[in-house]
Amino acid sequence: MGIESDLFCSGLVRRFGNNAAVDHVSLDVPAGTFFSILGPSGCGKTTLLRLLAGFDRPDEGDIHIRGARMNDVPPNRRPVNMVFQHLALFPTMSVGDNIGYGLKRQKVPASDRRTRIARVLEQVGLPGMENRNPGELSGGQRQRVALARCLVLEPTLLLLDEPLGALDLKLREQMKIELKHLQKAFGTTFVYITHDQSEAMVMSDQVAVMNDGRFEQVAPPEELYREPATPFVAGFVGDNNRLAGKLESVRDGLADLRLDDGSLIRGRLGQAAPNIGERADLYIRPESLVLGGDALKPEYSSLRASVTTTLFDGANSRLEADSAGQTLYARLPQDGSAPRLREGASVQLAWDPMLARVFAPGVA
Amino acid sequence: MNSGAARLSLWLLLTPFLLWIVLLVLVPHLQMLRVSFQVRESWDTLAWGLEQYQNFFTESYYWRTFVRTGVMSLFTTFLTLLIAFPVAWYIARLARGRARGLLFLACLIPFWASELVRTYGWMILLRESGLFSSWLQALGWADGPVEMLYNDVAVIIGLVYNGLLFMVVPLVTTLDGMDENLVEAGYDLGGNHLTVLREVVVPWAMPGIVSGCIVVFMLTLGSYLTPILMGGKDSAWFTGQIFTQFITRFNWEQGAALGVLLLVLSSLMVWLGLKLSGQSLRKVMG
Repeated sequence: MGIESDLFCSGLVRRFGNNAAVDHVSLDVPAGTFFSILGPSGCGKTTLLRLLAGFDRPDEGDIHIRGARMNDVPPNRRPVNMVFQHLALFPTMSVGDNIGYGLKRQKVPASDRRTRIARVLEQVGLPGMENRNPGELSGGQRQRVALARCLVLEPTLLLLDEPLGALDLKLREQMKIELKHLQKAFGTTFVYITHDQSEAMVMSDQVAVMNDGRFEQVAPPEELYREPATPFVAGFVGDNNRLAGKLESVRDGLADLRLDDGSLIRGRLGQAAPNIGERADLYIRPESLVLGGDALKPEYSSLRASVTTTLFDGANSRLEADSAGQTLYARLPQDGSAPRLREGASVQLAWDPMLARVFAPGVA
Repeated sequence: MNSGAARLSLWLLLTPFLLWIVLLVLVPHLQMLRVSFQVRESWDTLAWGLEQYQNFFTESYYWRTFVRTGVMSLFTTFLTLLIAFPVAWYIARLARGRARGLLFLACLIPFWASELVRTYGWMILLRESGLFSSWLQALGWADGPVEMLYNDVAVIIGLVYNGLLFMVVPLVTTLDGMDENLVEAGYDLGGNHLTVLREVVVPWAMPGIVSGCIVVFMLTLGSYLTPILMGGKDSAWFTGQIFTQFITRFNWEQGAALGVLLLVLSSLMVWLGLKLSGQSLRKVMG
């Protein structure tokens, strides 16, 4: 275990009946970092968070916070605080009393309490709001009160359970950036769970992708995006095209895949590699696909497809194409470089094989 | 045409309610109020006066009985709350699915029998020749028959039992609407069982607590059968006084005055309770 780590877990298991909601999860979160757990709903991330907060106990494995074993410590004695999905602000208390609740439990004297409440409210951008009622605040303001209520206690670890889920899109974008800044300003270690990959990618130093109770990959966001370790990560993080075929040959880490219509495509072999002759999937991102023509380099792999439709969405505009029954999306740059395409037109889609990943078919 | 039909249906809907309010609530109370201010001068002459009200304050037996009834009702209400809260907590927060319905039904079932039958049930258990007494003798804990009826404890047991459902229902309703995360947040931020109960759960349940207390208090204060049957002739319950005036003494004027006083004083106590707990009647009765 790293001396620096604020949170260290080894082999955590939590079973409900025969089903392991958390299945041998280990993690190590260095102090002062923003750690996200990203996964689809039902993957066990909330169960994991509740184990960390102390609302639930692991069947196996250990939880250490700053080196101290936490398994038998009740939630009110852990140096951990949680921002709940629906915030759980106490509706019968004012904003100031909500924030003061934890300080009162720590027996901080009243005058001290007042200054600390005022200071933390200022830090989250709500100065002078002590006497307001939580019900009078907007969604974004309530969010900040929930954060302030935890941060005022200066916890070692702050757990956040999809707190942005209830906000509308614009506010969510804004809060994402703000949360990241607040985390930097307070220097508190954040453990954030979400099913929204954009939240995880924008804010985190490290992201753990969770599926079916296990961590598929733990990596910084960029690495997760560029070097997915498993087919699940490749399919879940960011948009990706999947082409199913049969592995024909492997040379220098590059795999040749024979598609069902007979064409041969190429990509880099991933970690969960299939054997030669077995079914395999090739993942290639929409922005890595180039529309064929003169700019093709000799090492590029390519495929013929027919245009189904074009989807205009500003900078995210895409081309939907069909190649022997498999749907592909390619990014359409809006800087005038993309050709005008009509429905049914035949196009050549090409890519650098180093940007494509080949995996054994996963459960994604 | 539409507005005419709407008005007609509104009146049709309102009529039973208005009839009920006017005939069964307003008229009898006004009549009672009138009678309470009439002083009988001789067998056929009446004068207006406050004599009956003066009697209440000068005859110490009247107001002492009233104070005793009020204090015991308050105590009964408090005891009912203490017993009902964990029951309501279990039904609202811990029980799931079928168990929940069954538990609720178990609270309701005793009320299928009338108050009289329920009270006789208690008398069978508590009387000298009753079940508890014979068990105590069989176990060798008592030498002879033990009389557990006809004292204040028996009265309070019966009253608490009668009030329980009316406390459980509003408590279950408010506790049911409480977000589980509120309790968890209470612990997460460093609270122990007591502080979470005091700072988070009770303030949340306050409307239910107050409305349950009002109903149980009024019900207890105005109950007649239970105190008379379980307390015996020494029960000294205020409703017993009113009964005596109306029926035994045939002194309707005094009975009416005591009835009006019961209404006014109990309303005053409820108002005081609302003020002290910082609740409003509108919030509590939702």
